Amino acid sequence: MEPRATTARVKQSAAPGSKVVAVDRPLAVVVGNPNAGKTTLFNQLTGQNARVGNYPGVTVERRVGVIRFDGETRTGHDEPLSVELVDVPGAYSLSARSAEEQIALLAVLGFEENPRPDLAVVVLDAGQLIRNLYLALQLIELEVPVVLALNMIDEVSDDPPSPEAVGALFGVPCVATNARKGAGIAELRSAIYAALRDRARGRVAVDYPAPLRQDLDALVSALPAAWRSSAGRDRALALWSLASIEADDELSGIEPGLRERVLAVREAAGSRDLEEEIILSRYRFLDQHAPSLYAQVERRPPKRRASDRVDRILLHPVLGFLIFIGVMLVVFQSLFTWADPAISLIEDTFSWVSTLLMAHLPAGVVRDLLIQGVIGGVGNVVVFLPQILLLFLFIGILEDSGYMARVAYLMDRIMKALGLHGRAFVPMLSGFACAVPAVLATRTMERRRDRLLTMMVVPLMTCSARLPVYTLVIGALFPPTKVFGWVPVQGLMMIGMYLFSVIVTLVVAGVLGKTAIKGRRVPLILELPPYRLPGVRTTLRMMWERSTTFLREAGTIILACTIVLWALLSFPRLPETGAATAAASPAAAIVAGGSAPDQPTPEAAADEARALAHSYAGRLGHLIEPALAPLGFDWKIGVGLIGAFAAREVFVSTMGLVYGVGKVDADQATPLRERIRAETRADGAPVYRPVVGLSLMVFFALACQCMSTLAVVKRETRSWRWPAFMFGYMTALAWFASFLVYQGGRLLGF
Amino acid sequence: MNLAQASVGETVEIEHVGGERAFRRRLMELGLVPGTRVALVGVAPLGDPLELSVRGCSLSIRRADAATVSVRRADAPAGAAAHGSAPRDAATPLGRYAESA
Repeated sequence: MEPRATTARVKQSAAPGSKVVAVDRPLAVVVGNPNAGKTTLFNQLTGQNARVGNYPGVTVERRVGVIRFDGETRTGHDEPLSVELVDVPGAYSLSARSAEEQIALLAVLGFEENPRPDLAVVVLDAGQLIRNLYLALQLIELEVPVVLALNMIDEVSDDPPSPEAVGALFGVPCVATNARKGAGIAELRSAIYAALRDRARGRVAVDYPAPLRQDLDALVSALPAAWRSSAGRDRALALWSLASIEADDELSGIEPGLRERVLAVREAAGSRDLEEEIILSRYRFLDQHAPSLYAQVERRPPKRRASDRVDRILLHPVLGFLIFIGVMLVVFQSLFTWADPAISLIEDTFSWVSTLLMAHLPAGVVRDLLIQGVIGGVGNVVVFLPQILLLFLFIGILEDSGYMARVAYLMDRIMKALGLHGRAFVPMLSGFACAVPAVLATRTMERRRDRLLTMMVVPLMTCSARLPVYTLVIGALFPPTKVFGWVPVQGLMMIGMYLFSVIVTLVVAGVLGKTAIKGRRVPLILELPPYRLPGVRTTLRMMWERSTTFLREAGTIILACTIVLWALLSFPRLPETGAATAAASPAAAIVAGGSAPDQPTPEAAADEARALAHSYAGRLGHLIEPALAPLGFDWKIGVGLIGAFAAREVFVSTMGLVYGVGKVDADQATPLRERIRAETRADGAPVYRPVVGLSLMVFFALACQCMSTLAVVKRETRSWRWPAFMFGYMTALAWFASFLVYQGGRLLGF
Repeated sequence: MNLAQASVGETVEIEHVGGERAFRRRLMELGLVPGTRVALVGVAPLGDPLELSVRGCSLSIRRADAATVSVRRADAPAGAAAHGSAPRDAATPLGRYAESA
């Protein structure tokens, strides 16, 4: 038996500078075309224990699980008891243009910071066999030990390929599986076990044209030393380099010497079509052997697939569009209203816990920190879960059923005009409910540039947290009259705000797509996979993984911000005024959202207002007043804007505190409304005129008044640069737009 | 002629895939190599992109990109072919909407 030197690898753990941990366990990667059932198979093989991390250097998820071998018969001591399994992002080929596409090659060969795998499990869609074998062929050329899983074998029951014949083509093990039903999984485990033990490699000999073979010979010597090993693999890497590297590619870690050599070879090739030479040679090989892979020699006339019949309806020019609108309405409606009971339940629970602690803990800073900072902060995080779970339930169903690709197909014309990917439609739509799940949903797009651009504009959509602010302002400052006798002015204002946000989003997407987030125009190549019943377990697992990563990574940032906000609003405290100690904690009603325990008396409310004015936040309000004055805002609105960072709707309760009208419920804001109308400046003129209200709403429509959105953007981009950019451009946009509204309105005499 | 000029329901044979390098590489890697039969199955409701059927798989590309793929008319419907020919599963002879029209 061969020595198993590679199994005792040393692996760097996630935290930089932390201790190096030795992992004595072989590693296998799962690779395959998109829609080949790779993730389902991964879940079947690893059971319930997957960790989600990131590939080094790129924001692409790296899922890792473990297969434990219990039942397999052991024949020696040094055989694997378990194997670590990595789910590699779906790919049609190893050739790459971007750093993200390059992951497949790096993960399979263990280049750069990736651990070196001992085996690749290639998942093949039995219904798309030849195209799927194209990827397998590249792995075998690279001399990676391979086990083939001929998946979705149930879908080709009328003319199934033979696993033995497919395996024999490359001299590797091949097992027929149906991952959704769990069929063939035990056999696949055994095959993986045996392949790790025997370490056998496949072989393939594609007949490349002679000039191309000479080009490869010229390239091999330019390969970096770390890439070199056997002659066969060197040649395959030369082939990869020739196909992938170009003058302006976006690959990472390509040595300049290699790039120069590739460019020189391409230059020397003149009018020869190198891509066609490589790809056509491989397809000729596969097409030539295709007949031997099937049991039947003559195929029956093709049956129209059930999926095509479904598409006749779902992609129909009229009917298909109506169904599309219906599906999207359900998604939107569910986020907007169905999540409400769960959100209320969470808020009530946290409020109840606060009341309980309030009653049983001695009064003091510790209690306030615990209730308003910590409990309130956790509440601010957990409150997003209902919408996140619902959105990913729908995304799971849409992706798994194959309909998401149709959404991109139907919407491409519109989204292309905005410089956005067709798949950006669902995140953008979710943005009307809440930007936090919407930002998480940008994961459905492969390209980093598409994800970034969508993330940067999603917070401009009118989310549900802006509604209480609009309702308050419109209710307080615009008359409940009707124009033309029947159109209510207030309703018109509300619709106007929605239209405004959509138009601004589209314009900003167009501008950012051509400036800050410029990207090459990438031609659309969209596979429309056959419709399939969504897998319940795969979807539940995705919902679980998305929610837990949100809680763990974005949640900690939101919690920290809540505590900072609490401190800003609570300190320094007013000198003790006896009775006011308990009530004079404005932060309770603000950062802790719904968990403010009791309704204060008018005297206590007045104390709260004084305490707030005295706090850092109150002083900050005064400090930023000169910047807000040109927009028509005073320092009190400034304090409201600071409080609104916890969540936009908190503006309403902050204003309630500022004006000393006590705790304000967004739906029952009558006292606050009246107070706002009555507020006057030193000279007796009202602070709030309709033009101020409009300016305020425009500011809320455009400003990034939301720490949770910034936290998820940080989490998704893995850097502070993009949340900082987002905050900067949105605040500047909001300021200038409000400035124009207020100053323009004043010039016109409003 | 090019692929964008094919009519809905028509099956054509690829002669050459043009366009930008990364695009043509990906398209060929999906099996749209010279000699493969492709059927234009439909057009999205807003006029773009196109829906193709090739090797038993539904693919969508934009009209402008399809115009870079040169094709010739294929006489026989692709369905009757044996396993060995390039388009193992190519297309149904009629387009999705041609039948209902």
